[in-house]
Amino acid sequence: MSFWTRHQIFEKNSIILIAGILVVIAIGGLVEITPLFYLKSTIEVVDGVRPYTPLELAGRNIYVREGCYLCHSQMIRPLRDEVERYGHFSLAAESMYDHPFQWGSKRTGPDLARVGAKYSDEWHVTHLTNPRAIVPQSVMPGYPFLAKTEIDTSTIADHLRTNHAVGVPYSDDQIANAVADLKAQADPDNAGTDAFAKRYPKAVVRNFDGKGGAPTEMDALVAYLQMLGTLVDFKLYNEKANLR
Amino acid sequence: MISIKDAAAKAGLMGQAPLQRESNMQQVQSTKWMTHGEAGLTLFFTVAAFVCAFAAAKALDAPFAFHASLAAAASAAAAFAIVNRYFDRPAELPPQEINGKPNYNLGPIKFASVMAMFWGIAGFTVGLLIACQLAWPWLNFDLPWTSFGRLRPLHTSAVIFAFGGNVLVATSFYVVQRTCRARLAGDLAPWFVVLGYNFFILVAGTGYLLGVTQSKEYAEPEWYSDLWLTIVWVVYLLVFLATVIKRKEPHIFVANWFYLAFIVTIAVLHLGNNPALPVSVFGSKSYIAWGGVQDAMFQWWYGHNAVGFFLTAGFLAIMYYFIPKRAERPIYSYRLSIIHFWALIFLYIWAGPHHLHYTALPDWAQTLGMTFSIMLWMPSWGGMINGLMTLSGAWDKLRTDPVLRMLVVSVAFYGMSTFEGPMMSIKVVNSLSHYTDWTIGHVHSGALGWVGFVSFGALYCLVPWLWGRKQLYSLKLVNWHFWISTIGIVLYISAMWVSGILQGLMWRAYTSLGFLEYSFIETVEAMHPFYIIRAAGGALFLIGALIMAYNLWMTVRVGEVEVTTPLALQPAE
Repeated sequence: MSFWTRHQIFEKNSIILIAGILVVIAIGGLVEITPLFYLKSTIEVVDGVRPYTPLELAGRNIYVREGCYLCHSQMIRPLRDEVERYGHFSLAAESMYDHPFQWGSKRTGPDLARVGAKYSDEWHVTHLTNPRAIVPQSVMPGYPFLAKTEIDTSTIADHLRTNHAVGVPYSDDQIANAVADLKAQADPDNAGTDAFAKRYPKAVVRNFDGKGGAPTEMDALVAYLQMLGTLVDFKLYNEKANLR
Repeated sequence: MISIKDAAAKAGLMGQAPLQRESNMQQVQSTKWMTHGEAGLTLFFTVAAFVCAFAAAKALDAPFAFHASLAAAASAAAAFAIVNRYFDRPAELPPQEINGKPNYNLGPIKFASVMAMFWGIAGFTVGLLIACQLAWPWLNFDLPWTSFGRLRPLHTSAVIFAFGGNVLVATSFYVVQRTCRARLAGDLAPWFVVLGYNFFILVAGTGYLLGVTQSKEYAEPEWYSDLWLTIVWVVYLLVFLATVIKRKEPHIFVANWFYLAFIVTIAVLHLGNNPALPVSVFGSKSYIAWGGVQDAMFQWWYGHNAVGFFLTAGFLAIMYYFIPKRAERPIYSYRLSIIHFWALIFLYIWAGPHHLHYTALPDWAQTLGMTFSIMLWMPSWGGMINGLMTLSGAWDKLRTDPVLRMLVVSVAFYGMSTFEGPMMSIKVVNSLSHYTDWTIGHVHSGALGWVGFVSFGALYCLVPWLWGRKQLYSLKLVNWHFWISTIGIVLYISAMWVSGILQGLMWRAYTSLGFLEYSFIETVEAMHPFYIIRAAGGALFLIGALIMAYNLWMTVRVGEVEVTTPLALQPAE
């Protein structure tokens, strides 16, 4: 019986055909995806990486909502020009708490993986409100509505809790104080800034949008942009430490 | 000849069996009963209407409230429509066969064909708008709902899932009936599939405009849309499979293998990529179960195989039915189609990591992705050869039949982009092409040239068949459509090649002193002329589609009625 005759079993039995399809398509995915969950070399251990503060997380959600990832990558490749243009190449650990990841696939605008602390808050606020006020040739949309919209803080603790459930190590303390921490990070005069600094060491407390009153979406988005790529101190980073 | 009664009993395959038993069939001949399907679905939608109304009242954010209200209204309308249809219909469900010929179910196919044309034009229009936004950014209007970041997923989903998806549902329901010589399984189930699928598109699309997205490219809809799609897709699989199972032909026709692989694999990909935990069941936001590097790998395993199985396997099924049918020639090689099928579905699933070259994804995975992407070139071209060589002995028809020309040119574009793809997956090439417009050009040579043209060709064939018209309203207009769209595609992809390669080279250019030569914004500025050319190409493609819509509309409205239904051609060996 030739191969072609044997193949008739698939041509004449729909269930066997479906079973065949399932087996054939399962192999590639299993081989490429499963090891990523247990091979230790997938995500190296790096000091400094921490979960997002409530304000940064709210900002990240705005980044996702507005589809920023469609024009800005957050993944610096280990190529000479990219490292010179954007900074140290991205490490897997730097996005380990990202649900979902924001590596992007297109650079209509520049990579943002290390945009944090490169520009002033005022630069970001002006640029987000009207990009062409700062960069005349820019093709980025303006987002003037961000500064006018207050953040809905009522559900932020649930956001942290949900992140915890999918594997981000937020402590009970951090979840319980999410609203207070969100407000404290955007207001240096807030009484809760010390407690905030204890829960999120090295996180920056500033009035990001430069305006008083309740935290706006602009506060949150700028807080997020200003921390991008700043968690790992590359003066102390030992790239050989994780070789095996 | 099979009696009407037997046929009606068989019609109950998808759980819509008449309530009465076989034994008392005789006496209930005149009494009308609700089928299990009608009763069950009416109950389901009534409950759903109340649950959704409750969810709308409790909603935590405005988009969720809007979507829940939309779902409540749609559920109420569905329940009403089913009851209304029950009162209007005769006691017996439509027979499986009339005079020994299968009684094909064309209603859902007509609906999906019309929706395909509608969403196609909507999707092309949004594409043209966002292309113009990149050339003239004031077109973003500084409003949330009209900014590029929200419209771009609307464009991709409208063309891939709304236009492409409706073409796939329509053609698969047509092809599976014809090649199995059996009426579509289920009574309400096929309508549930086409209406449910388009409702999913409505929720997903309005969601993007309102900022509801999980930001996974080509899988942006949030958790509740994903759940609904899962239900619809399972019913789709069941309808398709049940029709294949009750076929009158011993062999399952080649096109149906591809449709099955498309339906089954999309289900697997959808479930693998989308597990998410909602922040609240009354809110739209959720967090995906996967994080960082694993999420990236899942995403592009999904993303590339959305290309491989939605935009390739599904449309190859169209190629395997419509080209032989239109050319009136058998498929070139049955054995080649067997090799094509298994090799394509086995190799495609590995190719995802080529979207993640030089990223933080481990090197071994990148190398595997590249290797399999290069190997994928072989089955892709095997399939192309099988499609093109089907014209052996009928090449002269390309001169006289613009519909066939469209189908054949689509296969040529398929060959071109499946050569370009493996080339771009080579790491060195990718280091230049990635993140640039070259990728956008590559996608559109496949999407406009291959998926677009093969869909247009299929719809040009399908509409006269479905509405029983002798021929299209005007072949001359098809010719105009073909040439305008082809020029549009050429403008589009050549502009993107130049801008992509130019930008890639500018990013890595150094001065003689060893400094980066160009700032980022200088590379943006250099793109401007190409963005205008691209928008012009997109406009031509849209104009072509508008001509097509007019032509199909006139075919249905004033086309000459076909007297006898043509017998289905069996092109396989």
